[in-house]
Amino acid sequence: MQAIIEQYKTAICTAAEHKTPLQICGGGTKHFYGNPVTVQSDTLLDATMYNGIIDYEPTELVITARAGTRLVDLEAVLDQKGQMLAFEPPCFGVAATLGGCIAAGLSGPRRAAAGAVRDFVLGVRLLDGKGGDLRFGGQVMKNVAGYDVSRLMAGSMGTLGVLLEVSLKVLPKPSTEITLLMQMDEAAAIEKMNQWAGKPLPISATCYRNGELFLRLSGAASAVRAAQLKLGGEELSEDKIFWKSVREQTHGFFQSAGFLWRLLMKPTTPPLPLLGEQLMEWNGGLRWLLGNENSDVAIIRKIAKDAGGHATLFRSNEPGISVFHPLDPGMMKIHCALKEKFDPSGILNPGRLYPEI
Amino acid sequence: MSPQELVNNLRSFLPPEAVLHETEDLRPFECDGLSAYRQLPMVVVLPQTEEQIIKILKLCYATRTPVVARGAGTGLSGGALPHNQGVLLSLAKLNQIISVDPLARMVRVQPGVRNLAISEAAAPYGLYYAPDPSSQIACSIGGNVAENSGGVHCLKYGLTVHNILKLRVLTVAGECLEIGGESLDSAGYDLLALMTGSEGMLGIVTEVTVKLIPVPEKAQLVMAAFDDVHKAGNAVANVIGAGIIPAGMEMMDKITVHAVEEFLHAGYDLDAAAILLCESDGSAEEVADEIERIYAIMQQSGATKISTSQNEAERLRFWAGRKAAFPAAGRVSPDYYCMDGTIPRKHLADVLDGIEKLSQEYGLRCMNVFHAGDGNLHPLILYDANQPGELERTEEFGGKILEMCIHAGGTITGEHGVGMEKINQMCTQFKTGELEMFHAVKAVFDPEGLLNPGKAVPTLHRCAELGAMHVHRGEEKFVELPRF
Repeated sequence: MQAIIEQYKTAICTAAEHKTPLQICGGGTKHFYGNPVTVQSDTLLDATMYNGIIDYEPTELVITARAGTRLVDLEAVLDQKGQMLAFEPPCFGVAATLGGCIAAGLSGPRRAAAGAVRDFVLGVRLLDGKGGDLRFGGQVMKNVAGYDVSRLMAGSMGTLGVLLEVSLKVLPKPSTEITLLMQMDEAAAIEKMNQWAGKPLPISATCYRNGELFLRLSGAASAVRAAQLKLGGEELSEDKIFWKSVREQTHGFFQSAGFLWRLLMKPTTPPLPLLGEQLMEWNGGLRWLLGNENSDVAIIRKIAKDAGGHATLFRSNEPGISVFHPLDPGMMKIHCALKEKFDPSGILNPGRLYPEI
Repeated sequence: MSPQELVNNLRSFLPPEAVLHETEDLRPFECDGLSAYRQLPMVVVLPQTEEQIIKILKLCYATRTPVVARGAGTGLSGGALPHNQGVLLSLAKLNQIISVDPLARMVRVQPGVRNLAISEAAAPYGLYYAPDPSSQIACSIGGNVAENSGGVHCLKYGLTVHNILKLRVLTVAGECLEIGGESLDSAGYDLLALMTGSEGMLGIVTEVTVKLIPVPEKAQLVMAAFDDVHKAGNAVANVIGAGIIPAGMEMMDKITVHAVEEFLHAGYDLDAAAILLCESDGSAEEVADEIERIYAIMQQSGATKISTSQNEAERLRFWAGRKAAFPAAGRVSPDYYCMDGTIPRKHLADVLDGIEKLSQEYGLRCMNVFHAGDGNLHPLILYDANQPGELERTEEFGGKILEMCIHAGGTITGEHGVGMEKINQMCTQFKTGELEMFHAVKAVFDPEGLLNPGKAVPTLHRCAELGAMHVHRGEEKFVELPRF
């Protein structure tokens, strides 16, 4: 395995020397996500080679694996011990890797209840843009030694380093999980989801689409059944398939997408004055919007920003629109300076997150 | 700029009482909760608005004057120790709760608001702010952000970094950054994570938006006694292995149990080699279910005595002993030195054995209290500063404990921060490459190194000069605050 690291280092150092950008590629399942990397065709860094689980102790609630490990393999190992990645990352295909999951920083249906990718990152080992082999964080839950560079990697789209190893906090799978289905309009759903989120109820995921609110309850059987009595609604059969379709975007809503917008906002934001089909998650904090080539990008971004959040053009079939929400000049300055420290030659996935970095 | 010129400049935009420079006025600010380190600042400023802070920062930036931010000053690692050539920036007067949004479950506060005051403001809505550092009645949210404070419940509910949404931060040059948002994730790099726990080295926090969560319907506690520390350690692993995430899981060793029992009469078993407290919270049904399972696991793990709290008074009584561990240490010994390492839990018994051996070797007693759920160990070395040589032996003993934590795959600080106190141990935990990157990150925000100079990250030069591990003495102020 050390030979692979040496290979990566050589690739990085050569790229840095010639200032030829590298495209870091895991399983390629999220290739559609983000801006295109400004890169020649022969400069791929295959991040799947360095793979395998290094250490997993279920009673420590920590797993450490190489970044090229496939997510499905990782989750299967956890599943055998009754544990899970509580942030429910989307895979978008069996090839998806742990490194890609961290770099993309995408969390699934359980996010509002359990936390995001970054919340579960305990430590990383990475190669920076100079080929430096660095370790940050660790394998313990509480660690305040040094700046939190490991969490900074979540969502950085490979622009700060090539992830080698990641330690994650894992959690036990709930013993019981059911889904309740209720009919209501969008405004009522937003109100209800937020009211319930403020009560001690075992709600682990929410989804609203076309007049139907789906509530997933997770926990001890007694707690789930007691909450079901309080909440009412109709119990959904095939609920696992439903949540998988939301998490992996195989749900019919996502299939028609030419332009799929991902709007993050304060969860209590009222229904959006935007044309286009929508699907809501995270108690209203995440709104998926089907747009088209005529959608007004500036208006979508303004609405998200005014609601305390931001808008990402998650999928599109037309290049040219900046995928991620523009940053204020002060924040962009910090981003550029950080990029310069981690990757002074600007060779790691340049442009994938923002053109400047 | 001379001190007098600086004072005059500051007084041009701050009221006279907000600029302190007479020695007797500076004295209360000479240390934080770690009183072994004392230093008078050149000037103390007590601004009341963000606008004033911007002016202070601009003045300090222009004159290259160091700035040390301070919240409530309860930190235990000397992170708010003043700089003798610098300005101590107290954020205590920015103490307003700006807004509470119960439906969206968030609160906007100024940095000087006390941790507990947030939960008090949220209480009418059945909500609270989860991180509960032991100093929560006094410590401020700004300080919590700077230290990424934890608490007894963080295995289940997370640290500060997991419970904040947004920060307003001023750079050293006085520019305002909005980091994070009212949404769950934000665009670009996760600067919210980078800023949390950065010990006042990267910016000055002027506003924090925190998340609230519902107050659990019920909490109940199982107290189990073990005749062997290994068995107690295994019991912790068995609880987690059974798929239970307790709201709190605390362990005390024999010497601690004796010290607190004499003091408080919490009902602890004096024959026990270790006592475990394991709390469950949630809905009534969930708690009933979980407590039954925890009880069975304790039995199977060989507990010699098990009690379940039957009411709220009893639950609090069981907790009281644990929460009184630090004051109890102060009763049985003239001085004590609190360590703060984290280890992977599986090495607990080995590390405790190691501490016991060192304790005999150094001829110093050591009480061990342990956030068993998340592996955060607080050994309290008991010593008498009036006995010649005891302090030095304590320092060496403490250093060896931290070394053991690193070797066990852990860290030198779980929740108290590096500050001044553990700056030398950073050289052991990190290699040159990582330390260089920390300095690079610092330079992104503060190229001149004016914010909290000399803290948190050692210079490479300092590490090179350090031969063996060396730990300085720590003494606590705020003895009235519970420490656990």
